[in-house]
Amino acid sequence: MNNTISVPLSEEKKSRWKFFLGELKPKGKMFTWFNVISIPIMLLGLGLIVIRFWKGIGSITNLTQEVPWGLWIGFDVVTGVAFAGGAYVVTFMVYILNMKSYRSIVRVTVLNGFLAYVFYAGALLLDLGRPWNVINPIIGNGFGTSSVLFLVAWHFLLYMLAELIEFSPAIAEWLGAKRACKILSGMTLAAVIFGITLSTLHQSGLGALYLMAKEKIHTLWYSEFIPILFFVSSIFAGLSMVIFEGSITHKVFSDQISEKNHEQHHKILRGLSKVCTGALFAYFFLQVLVFVHSKNWDYLSTPMGYWYLTEMLGFVLLPMLLFYYSYRNNNITLIKVASVITMLGVIVNRLNVTVIGFRWDAAVHYVPSWMEIVVTMAVIFTEIWIFRWVINRLPVLRESPSWAKNMH
Amino acid sequence: MSINRRSFFKALGVTGATFVFGKEAPARPANEEVTEFKAILYDSTKCIGCQTCEFSCAEAHNLPEPEDFPEMGVVRKTDENRRTVVNSYDTSIGEVYVKRQCMHCNDPACGAACLTQAMHKTKEGPVIWREDKCMGCRYCMVSCPFDVPKFEYDSPNPKITKCNMCFERQEEGKLPACVENCPGEALLFGTRRELIAEARRRISENPDVYYDHIYGETEAGGTSFLYLSPVPFEEIGFNTGIQKASYPSLTKGFLYSVPAVFVLWPMMLLGIQDATKDKQPKTEDHE
Repeated sequence: MNNTISVPLSEEKKSRWKFFLGELKPKGKMFTWFNVISIPIMLLGLGLIVIRFWKGIGSITNLTQEVPWGLWIGFDVVTGVAFAGGAYVVTFMVYILNMKSYRSIVRVTVLNGFLAYVFYAGALLLDLGRPWNVINPIIGNGFGTSSVLFLVAWHFLLYMLAELIEFSPAIAEWLGAKRACKILSGMTLAAVIFGITLSTLHQSGLGALYLMAKEKIHTLWYSEFIPILFFVSSIFAGLSMVIFEGSITHKVFSDQISEKNHEQHHKILRGLSKVCTGALFAYFFLQVLVFVHSKNWDYLSTPMGYWYLTEMLGFVLLPMLLFYYSYRNNNITLIKVASVITMLGVIVNRLNVTVIGFRWDAAVHYVPSWMEIVVTMAVIFTEIWIFRWVINRLPVLRESPSWAKNMH
Repeated sequence: MSINRRSFFKALGVTGATFVFGKEAPARPANEEVTEFKAILYDSTKCIGCQTCEFSCAEAHNLPEPEDFPEMGVVRKTDENRRTVVNSYDTSIGEVYVKRQCMHCNDPACGAACLTQAMHKTKEGPVIWREDKCMGCRYCMVSCPFDVPKFEYDSPNPKITKCNMCFERQEEGKLPACVENCPGEALLFGTRRELIAEARRRISENPDVYYDHIYGETEAGGTSFLYLSPVPFEEIGFNTGIQKASYPSLTKGFLYSVPAVFVLWPMMLLGIQDATKDKQPKTEDHE
């Protein structure tokens, strides 16, 4: 088992180092469409970030005293974390419900979720006015336990840790650390249970953040049920992201995926679309209940009411029916279409609560500046670069090395 | 706020000591150090719109002096360089001046929102901001129903600014700058209980002068800035639809569910995991 031990320690270290340096080098072609588009945006974003820290947040954002949270919170954090929800749903299916056929997508989903949290929590640092104090709620320079944001901050941190543990066997397999791989694999179930509990609370917590902004959010989007609505919608937001990301990675990285997993992928997509149908139905039903109970009928015939109906019918009911139809008829293309519509719907919903419906009646509306959008895109592109780097090196999509097969 | 935690424990301690030492321990008066929230009563019938409060506020906090003045139909707002403003409103009885600043809620939304307790309701009453704790997340601004906290968007080392009821002056035994300098006696400083009684007295003695409501007595769970007006408050730019319960109560339900989820979820998940486990002896299903 321990065949590396025969090599002298210093030698081993040296070769590890060499291996690591080798892995850092880029693989593949440099002049791809993706690189040509993403590199300038990332550089521009970096420049804007420098300006932001030099001159203050107001220098590149359109935030106002009335609307203190804009695109960076409403899209990067609130929407991004909803999309990262796939990790807790898929690990729930595989490790808790023991649905083994979904095992092949666990690693890539967890990696996606982990990177999403790292980058979107990272984007949060850009939005903090005094980021050097970000550790205060952790080190106890004020435990603001009555704050929902306190809960969300701690959960982000702990959940990143849980996802790192869930993903760590892949790192161990990459480095050839057999003992570590065994130990880390043994921690998976505990990390999964912890992770699902954390996700339940902070997915809903992101909604609960807005509970105190009662008079500021348009009535059609404000209710005391925002936390539950956010939680339920994170299920299909996450799974739609898994479907969408899966259909892209299976094209881009098709050389890494075994024949068997390729075949199985269609079955997985059908299964996921079934779950999405159920979650979307539950969500739609909840939204109807909330709407009926809050007696907001009069608002429906206003412009915001039409926008609300568009969201509910076009971005919730429609994809639900599409998911249902496509898994009944085994139409994989339609599943992908439905997942894209669902994702757009989640973006629309989160922005309606956090940006569009927030201070919707203000004299001057907040519209994000082009610089905020560029920084957001730079964050997303950087995440995809790291994702690609990991996929090309670690056993995420491709099979684990043979020695690791019987460990978990 | 006649009994807070500190005085409760003090009373408890005194009671305990009485039991232990018998007659030797003199029973101290329980109300010796009871702190009541300090408050300010603003009577807009007495305000002449002279802006002295604005100028003295700017001087007390080293801020630039105001360059504009109250103008009917123009709503001036507080901002990062201006912690209080006086506005002029055209009402059913003619021009009425209104001073605006932080309301110093009894149970402030900003304080509950703050994850580092930088925004802090002191036991004396003022809601203050503490620079060494704040991370600049601006959740206080999102939560405040009165839109009071302001943020220095154009500074690399930004602060949250708002009226702190001159907390540092109060600690020295002085009055808040605006109260001390108000020439029209429109501002009155005292404990919240005294001021509510005084406001009631004014309303009942001059029912023709005052609109029968003290804004801030119940709004948002009660505030330490109390307002008297000659006209209904919606005429002078106040949000009268504001809820009577405190704003932090809106998140209480969610926060109370957290420990329950934390205990029940792992148990439930473990149970499901065990129930769905493949109990058959392990086969080579990894291939």
